Amino acid sequence: MEWVTDLLTMMISAGTPLLLATLGEIYAERSGILNLGVEGMMAVGAVTAFGITLVTGNPLLGFLLATLTGCLLACVHAFLSISIRSNQVISGLALSMLGLGISSLAGRRLIGTPLPVTIRKIPVPLLSDIPVIGAFFNQDPVTYTSYVLVVLLWFILFKTKLGVIIRACGENPQAVHAAGIDVYLIRYLCTLIGGALAGLGGAYLSVVYTPTWIEGMTAGQGWIAIALVIFAVWNPIYATVGAYLFGGIRILQYRLQPLGISVPLLKTLPYVCTIVVLVVASSGKFRKRIGAPAALTIPFEK
Amino acid sequence: METVVEMKGITKRFPGVVANDHVDFDLKPGEIHALLGENGAGKTTLMNILYGLYRPDEGKIFVRGEEVKIRSPKDAMELGIARVPQFPETVDNLSVAENLALLLPGKILRKNKIQSMIKELAERYGLELDVDAMVYELSMGEKQRLELIKALCRGAEILILDEPTTVLTPSEVESLFQVLRRMKEEGKSIVFVSHKLEEVFAIADRITVLRRGKKIATVPAKEITKLELAKLMVGRPVTFELKKEPVVFGEEVLKVNNLRVLDDRGLLAVKGVSFSIRAGEIFGIAGVAGNGQRELVEAITGLRRVEDGEVVILGKDVTNKSSADIIKLGVAHIPDDRRVGAVLTLSVMDNLMLKNYTNFSKNGILDLRKARELAEKLIEKYKIVTPNVNVPVQQLSGGNIARLILARETSGECKLLIAFHPTFGLDVAATEEIRKLLLELRRKGVAILLVSEDLEEIMQLSDRIAVMYRGTFMGIVDSEKAKVEEIGLMMGGVKPET
Repeated sequence: MEWVTDLLTMMISAGTPLLLATLGEIYAERSGILNLGVEGMMAVGAVTAFGITLVTGNPLLGFLLATLTGCLLACVHAFLSISIRSNQVISGLALSMLGLGISSLAGRRLIGTPLPVTIRKIPVPLLSDIPVIGAFFNQDPVTYTSYVLVVLLWFILFKTKLGVIIRACGENPQAVHAAGIDVYLIRYLCTLIGGALAGLGGAYLSVVYTPTWIEGMTAGQGWIAIALVIFAVWNPIYATVGAYLFGGIRILQYRLQPLGISVPLLKTLPYVCTIVVLVVASSGKFRKRIGAPAALTIPFEK
Repeated sequence: METVVEMKGITKRFPGVVANDHVDFDLKPGEIHALLGENGAGKTTLMNILYGLYRPDEGKIFVRGEEVKIRSPKDAMELGIARVPQFPETVDNLSVAENLALLLPGKILRKNKIQSMIKELAERYGLELDVDAMVYELSMGEKQRLELIKALCRGAEILILDEPTTVLTPSEVESLFQVLRRMKEEGKSIVFVSHKLEEVFAIADRITVLRRGKKIATVPAKEITKLELAKLMVGRPVTFELKKEPVVFGEEVLKVNNLRVLDDRGLLAVKGVSFSIRAGEIFGIAGVAGNGQRELVEAITGLRRVEDGEVVILGKDVTNKSSADIIKLGVAHIPDDRRVGAVLTLSVMDNLMLKNYTNFSKNGILDLRKARELAEKLIEKYKIVTPNVNVPVQQLSGGNIARLILARETSGECKLLIAFHPTFGLDVAATEEIRKLLLELRRKGVAILLVSEDLEEIMQLSDRIAVMYRGTFMGIVDSEKAKVEEIGLMMGGVKPET
């Protein structure tokens, strides 16, 4: 049983950056904004957190500024797609490239430098000794924070008025506008939440998981997060399943490498799985139950 | 207090049109004031101004005697003005409770609070609704009830109802009217926007008539007759009768046998429908939208898969054949949505040759001269008003687009015409012309399947009438023996006693 617990522990850790980015994108899409710039926002978050932690020795400050830069980048997308109603797909793609570009430029001197601090796992007494389940309680503080975020974001989305407003914005913004609520404000808010969480996910990669700065270290995780939103049927709770599953696939890559399977082939594994997930999520049964928010990618005009 | 709302000299211009031209309108406390006019007369514009969706270019608005500027629906709501839109603006993927939560104070969703509130409204006005139901499960009448409850939640004293009966069955209309009368007794003021004379007479205290953006008159409902009112509305005397000549029906053109069809959600929308139409006959299908009419029409025209049963046209089994095969048999189709019937960004000429462009091409190259000749011929014959043949169709008015589709569909060899809401959204004059054209085709021996929500249209044109309700026919009656009340009951799901 021990190996199951160990594997799960690693899956959770590997899945945390995906989970954070997916949670953020769920909020953006629930409000009707598709942000394909997750990859870029994660990369910028990663380089910011790494750089700040390196200079100040304070990882908390690193994380804080990573969420902020994620927000800043999301602001560009929000302005383009909400305020001036441009095409969300194009704007998101541009954001991805912009983010990757900025991160590699900013991170040129950081390559290969080790961090002065490391974030250790802090096992929760007693709970972490339980077989299998204990995997959840043998993690670092950021992962614990992500659990809180999952529950909090789920609660807000489904049990509060704000959540109803967010969902209504993604389904029928006209109805929200008619109720006297500012659709633009809600969409900006959700897009910024998306940016903040993507930035945080990137920060986790460079400061906690790896921890080092490598150019292009997000390695397509931002794109996988976008696919996971569909897999999670836009529900924060289900996002954990998808994120940890893909965390597992990442672990599998490293495990299969010594067995002599070619590395480039293994690198395709997450994307092959993404395609499988999308095929399953698009099949009739899933689609009937819940589809994408009806107003996703549709600009709102007063 | 004499008036709750007073609008003075309201003018609103849109590019190319003056939607409201110095319109005056006032509303007294505890009255139902009808705003009557044809489509495009400026009723909705005027009410959108009152609701803060548009800002007037000129004019003043007074609410309870004080001049106000209404910049957004939020401003309107604060003044106690609420609007029940023509097509419910509910969020279909949320529950009734969640839809209401959008408007209520409090940060956390509390279902029992919403439940008790609805219970109170049910007792006061007869507005009942299940708070747990998802909105997409509701009927149109229930969705409208939800809109009314939303308005009351916001503490509305002044209600604007924009064409509220468009989506309702006759019995739902009656229960809506009861609710409105109860509201009136409670001192609420109601603006009832409509283009239907009968309804306006049944519910209004006063009537204001708009025509082409101008106010024509305001009269107490008791002091005017229907004919006078119709004349005010249209600007000329109106005949309510169309001449329908007797014809001898020919061979059986369309035969539909026990047809079963699924809707987009994969649910059975047409549940075993059978009928046949002979040459020269108009077969009308009445019913409220969303009872399977669309799926039935799409199945017959080859646009939707048939699950079970068969469609036979002129003796040939065309079940699940492609629409191209069906068109070749001489089937014309006027879809309910003009954006489906015509490609709006293409020119008039392109649209007119869309169905048989192969006739205009030689070795894959179009013979534009021939196409232009045909287009010009059809424009003249069907009186399509267009600057020239190269204008994109979207610049034409609704009536002209309707004529264009009819011209393309019926100019060739036409044995069977499937007309789905052919006059939807057209003004009185255009409607009359389209109806005349349909009768002309009937005289020529075309079999016509007419699907319409407009009961008057169905009664006027059809030889036989079927009423569709939840995917089945409630009955098929001869139009000469049919009574409006009987058909109205069937539309609401009540089987006739036979």
